Amino acid sequence: MSDTPRVPTRAPLRLLSILAFLAIWAGAAALADSPDVPGPLAVMRFVVAEAAGGALFYHLGVTLARVAAAFLIAMAIGTAIGVLMGQHHTLNRALDPWIILLINIPALVVIVLCYIWIGLTETAAITAVALNKIPNVVVTLREGARALDPKLMEMASVFRFSRTRLLRHVVLPQLLPFIAAAGRSGLALIWKIVLVVELLGRSNGVGFQIHLYFQLFDVAAILGYALAFVCVMLFIEFVLVQPLELHLNRWRPGAVSRPA
Amino acid sequence: MATEVLQGIDFTLAPETFTCLIGPSGCGKTTTLRIILGLDRDFAGTVEQASPPPRMAAVFQEPRLLPWRTVEQNVRLALPPHDRPSSGAPDLDALFAVLGLQDLRARFPAELSLGLARRVALARAFAVMPDILLLDEPFVSLDEHTADRLRALLIALWQERRTTVLMVTHNVREAARLADRLLLMNGRPARLVGDVAVPMARAVRGGETLNRFLATLTREHPETVLA
Repeated sequence: MSDTPRVPTRAPLRLLSILAFLAIWAGAAALADSPDVPGPLAVMRFVVAEAAGGALFYHLGVTLARVAAAFLIAMAIGTAIGVLMGQHHTLNRALDPWIILLINIPALVVIVLCYIWIGLTETAAITAVALNKIPNVVVTLREGARALDPKLMEMASVFRFSRTRLLRHVVLPQLLPFIAAAGRSGLALIWKIVLVVELLGRSNGVGFQIHLYFQLFDVAAILGYALAFVCVMLFIEFVLVQPLELHLNRWRPGAVSRPA
Repeated sequence: MATEVLQGIDFTLAPETFTCLIGPSGCGKTTTLRIILGLDRDFAGTVEQASPPPRMAAVFQEPRLLPWRTVEQNVRLALPPHDRPSSGAPDLDALFAVLGLQDLRARFPAELSLGLARRVALARAFAVMPDILLLDEPFVSLDEHTADRLRALLIALWQERRTTVLMVTHNVREAARLADRLLLMNGRPARLVGDVAVPMARAVRGGETLNRFLATLTREHPETVLA
């Protein structure tokens, strides 16, 4: 009995769509006939050359490391604050204005201020990215904490669940959809801000490379790095995130059916 | 402005007896249970417990199972940590068998009917071997046949693993069939208006014997029984 029933019918359509995209791109490049509009082949040539030289993997790696660091920090701090604010009214009233302020300050301003006050360092870079993401995580997890089922908390209280047991078996599973939501939108936001941070104040990474090739008007290089990076993020989504999500949701009614 | 819901509720439960707290819907029976369980703390008065505090278990109106854990895990998570190694496992097998859950241990609550979910809640409550077992209308919203089977299981489990039981119900017939003693609650604010022993052996509580008992009860406490 197959346990991934829907993938076979989705793949051909996706493939077709990607091929169509490539065809339209190649057509547009041919029509424009300008060095500023390279076709897919030119971009591929750049990517292969850059990969062979090692530069592609180096810069991708550096950027991913920054993304990972900022992501983990933002999720950890944001979750902790968000859950606390969701459970304690006074804390919520106290911190809420700060959260609203942080959410509305433009990312660029936060980045620039971090570089000025902390220095043009890696710490400043990661801090700027994390600061941009933390308020979103806080707000999402605050909702999650507010949505905790009081009936299950009562059951746990009657059966004298220890603090660890309560957090691990009662609270965390309820927070997981909110953590997932914060994580998903967080990842998408973070890698975009990391590129800006690299462009403004670092000397390596995909953002730095894009800035470099911008100054050289090398559009094939810019597109090459952009596509390479998007591929990596898609890889993370389909090979890491989705299987994890399937596993964590297997208890839900209507989830993918298991063999009898 | 606080409303007085319960007034002068004072009763003692003899160990290993089965008591039912009955009364009209909304009179305060569930509140009484919640106070004993420590879930409602906003009251004046005392709940005196032996020292060390007795181990309590509850079966609520809803099964209140953790949806993301299997049947087996739901029952095991209720057990105190140090209990698990030796004394835990064999008893659980027997318990699951009595309740007909032995083939469902790896299922998730969403896969169970309400009757089965209620059985898991019963298994969980008995698994901890409580000193006091509190039940809040545990068989409500089940069809009569399923409810009857569960009542029989409850009595079977209780007779095998003696514990003090306090069950809240508004179904007087059910109370008379299950309990040794009936506490009647009524009024606004609610008071204990009656304390009736059920002397007949459970085996003979059917048909005429039960009807006569219920008729006497109704005569003596019409406002509570007929509400």
